[in-house]
Amino acid sequence: MDKTIYKDVYVFIEQREGVIQSVSLELLGKAVELAAKSGEKVCALLLGDNIKGLADDCIAYGADKVIVADSPQLKHYMTEPYTQALYQIGVKFEPSIILIGATTIGRDLGPRLSARLSTGLTADCTALEISDEGNLMMTRPAFGGNMMATITCKEHRPQMSTVRPGVMCTAPRNESRKGEIINFLPVFDSSKFRVRLLETVKEERNLVDITEANILVSGGRGVGNSEGFDKLREFAQTIGAEVSSSRALVDAGIVGHNRQVGQTGKTVRPDLYFALGISGAIQHLAGMEESDYIIAINKDKYAPIFQSSDLGIVGDVKKIVPLLTERLKR
Amino acid sequence: MKIIVCIKQVPDTTEIKLDPVTGTMIREGVPSIMNPDDKGGLEMALKLKDEFGAEITVITMGPLKAEAIIREAFAMGADKGVLLSDRKFAGADTLATSNTLAGALRTMDFDIIITGRQAIDGDTAQVGPQIAEHLDLPQITYVEDVKYDGNRKLTVKKATEEGYQILEVETPCVLTVLSSANKARYMSVCGIVEAFDKDIDIWGFEQINVNEKKLGLGGSPTRVAKSFTRGAKSAGQLHEVEPHEAVEIIVNKLKEKFIIR
Amino acid sequence: MDFSLSKEQELFLQMIREFAEKEVKPLAAEIDEQERFPMETVKKMAKLGIMGIPFPVEYGGAGGNNQLYSMCVEELSKACATTGVVVSAHTSLCCAPIWEHGTEEQKRKYLPKLASGEWIGTFGLTEPNAGTDAGGQQTVAVDMGDHWLLNGSKIFITNAAYSDVNIIIAMTDKSQGTRGISAFIVETKFPGFSVGKKEKKMGIRGSATCELIMENCIVPKENLLGQVGKGFGIAMKTLDGGRIGIASQALGIAQGAMDETIKYTKERKQFGKPISAFQNTQFQLADLETKIQASRLLVRSAAWKKDQKLPYSTDAAMCKLFAAETAMEMTTKAVQFHGGYGYTREYPVERMMRDAKITEIYEGTSEVQKMVIAAHILK
Repeated sequence: MDKTIYKDVYVFIEQREGVIQSVSLELLGKAVELAAKSGEKVCALLLGDNIKGLADDCIAYGADKVIVADSPQLKHYMTEPYTQALYQIGVKFEPSIILIGATTIGRDLGPRLSARLSTGLTADCTALEISDEGNLMMTRPAFGGNMMATITCKEHRPQMSTVRPGVMCTAPRNESRKGEIINFLPVFDSSKFRVRLLETVKEERNLVDITEANILVSGGRGVGNSEGFDKLREFAQTIGAEVSSSRALVDAGIVGHNRQVGQTGKTVRPDLYFALGISGAIQHLAGMEESDYIIAINKDKYAPIFQSSDLGIVGDVKKIVPLLTERLKR
Repeated sequence: MKIIVCIKQVPDTTEIKLDPVTGTMIREGVPSIMNPDDKGGLEMALKLKDEFGAEITVITMGPLKAEAIIREAFAMGADKGVLLSDRKFAGADTLATSNTLAGALRTMDFDIIITGRQAIDGDTAQVGPQIAEHLDLPQITYVEDVKYDGNRKLTVKKATEEGYQILEVETPCVLTVLSSANKARYMSVCGIVEAFDKDIDIWGFEQINVNEKKLGLGGSPTRVAKSFTRGAKSAGQLHEVEPHEAVEIIVNKLKEKFIIR
Repeated sequence: MDFSLSKEQELFLQMIREFAEKEVKPLAAEIDEQERFPMETVKKMAKLGIMGIPFPVEYGGAGGNNQLYSMCVEELSKACATTGVVVSAHTSLCCAPIWEHGTEEQKRKYLPKLASGEWIGTFGLTEPNAGTDAGGQQTVAVDMGDHWLLNGSKIFITNAAYSDVNIIIAMTDKSQGTRGISAFIVETKFPGFSVGKKEKKMGIRGSATCELIMENCIVPKENLLGQVGKGFGIAMKTLDGGRIGIASQALGIAQGAMDETIKYTKERKQFGKPISAFQNTQFQLADLETKIQASRLLVRSAAWKKDQKLPYSTDAAMCKLFAAETAMEMTTKAVQFHGGYGYTREYPVERMMRDAKITEIYEGTSEVQKMVIAAHILK
């Protein structure tokens, strides 16, 4: 194939109810870096209904071009309408790279689109680079996070990647940036729209996003039970922190899945992460080891968490946390 | 109703330990299991079978030892099993894998194809949706629950970051299921005893319907350029002290970081 | 002579180990503390066919064999000896005699519900004055023409408080001695049948061990099990099978205690090193490991012989004798290796030691086993 006809780094802008998701801004930031290395441009793919207004935000965060597909059929994300639209854009504009946030939407869309374009897709990437030959090097965790693999897609275009939220850095917003807006009208085959959305429900307690928190107080099995976790909440309140947990407390029904940190939960990079009663299994570390500073408390001095923590205390969380809260309230 | 469940045999990655000296993965002694999301998918199929009656076929692409998870599926209640095994399939990335599975599925009758959301070794979550694309079927991913009206309609609960969605689709379709959707049943004793009486169909390239160019290494657009283990982070300070001392150490650190005054 | 596990056995072990770990182990300390019968576990086990492993599918069983049944009791007992004996007593002492000696009608009437776990079974042989001297039966069964009338009481009956069906051994003709003893299938709901006080025990405290009382208990004629006068033989053969179950229980207890001890001795440090580094620990654990493996081979061999329909009575006695002694020794040492912690309820080994003791006593004391073995080799 003649790879030279494929150009530029395209970023799928995920918007939910007219709000651009942070991961897409992170990807624009990364795309700017990647495009700079290969001397190419950054193009945002904005799909939705009545979302033209968001095009300027895309430009402010790094896009040189924004392809806008504005249609009632694209109001809510559904696999087939979005895949059809992006496929047609892909065929017409011939991107070299397409980046998609690895959200539930991205991981539904990415493989369907890449299969339709008969190209390769690398999932859940945590690092992206352009090699000297000009190929995209996509690095991602595998084996439950026990190892990293760098993947390439040399002979197919576009090179596609879903990228883990919370890892790339958003570029600072720059109002003075200029960019081109291209309107694209997809030609839909609605006979293929075979799934109907009946209802979207937000779970009450889901209103907090732990990936936005600066300080996280996170509990694990050593916390014990709900009463124990309530004590963590109290402590967290004294320092303006959010609470989160390892998988153990989520499986036990004490904490909601939206507060789970780890391989099958969220990746967080707060300034300060308290690992309380958490052993530090690889699956959990995968979600928090990039935190700026980690303080761990665990009864077991051989707990693996201490290999990753900056400050470790061997002790009983159930004893220390209430004393800590009391001390801070004074 | 006919349901096909795609399952994969994977190393139990939660049991993998790293060599403390070299940092490499210790793979010996790590048991092979049925991928948890796939087991969730099988349980979902079994629940539909319990309620409506269905014939469940499990299919896996893997080496001959993957037979073990087909036997396990039989013991849980699956009716038929297919093992896709052929040198031509080796070295496949997700696109080639999905093409191989689609090649087999094309030759089979089904109302619903169920896959797990993702495997705990590859962690890609791509094969299910890619199969749906190759077979031109509607897909719903991150499935937590499904209700069937007994005719062709499925009402599906899909997990999202903020909660869930309720969607409707008609068979035939592809669903990718989360292990958290249900508590998979144990194998029954009778199931285990009878599991070895059933035949497993072993299919190679000749038995499936797909262009050979799409298989194996040759059909894989993505390649692994390199793989490595993360370097172990160097350990920080460790204190074994009484609770009130621990409190003082933490309070001082909070002051140092300007979190409190 | 193939000593390896078959694929079926491996798959079975995978299932029963996961079940024991996730469903049985978390309750073990609680049911011991509260002396509570694990009914919720029995219901889960029933659904999986665990309450009727060695019986054919057409009679409600799981279509397995005694080898799988023995492995089952071992794995359950490793996590909780109470749960192990619930299955063992039910299977070997109530289901098995009906399967082995019952008429077709009796099998069709009782086995499906017992093997499926819908009903729970017991075996009533032991009386206040008839333990090791089981022939001294004082419970009597009188032929009233159109029914049997039973009077008497049984003690130390496992599963009693929750049973639906009971195999009762009673004297039908005192003048004939042991040849005047017969066996009966007695449903708990028969008039005149009641369950007496629950014993407070040293171990297997979750197991409901009670008296069974028959006061003019009316038993239908068709519920005679086997022939008149053949009851003692039925009881002895039933106990042979039960001994494989109890040996499996003892083996499981021993293995559980060994696993705990290995874990603890590797973690516990004194004098600057883990106590597993001391030769005292190593040599004792080596001896105990050898005895546990030897127990296992004796149990497997007895179960194999029973499955092959070969005589296995002496093998059953030997495996029970040896496994029970090993369990007692292993658990006592386990507490010792755990030191002060082993004496507290924070660790499971004190419970395992209390549980192990009964395996040297019930279904024939170790002394009885020696009598059986000696009688065989010296005949």
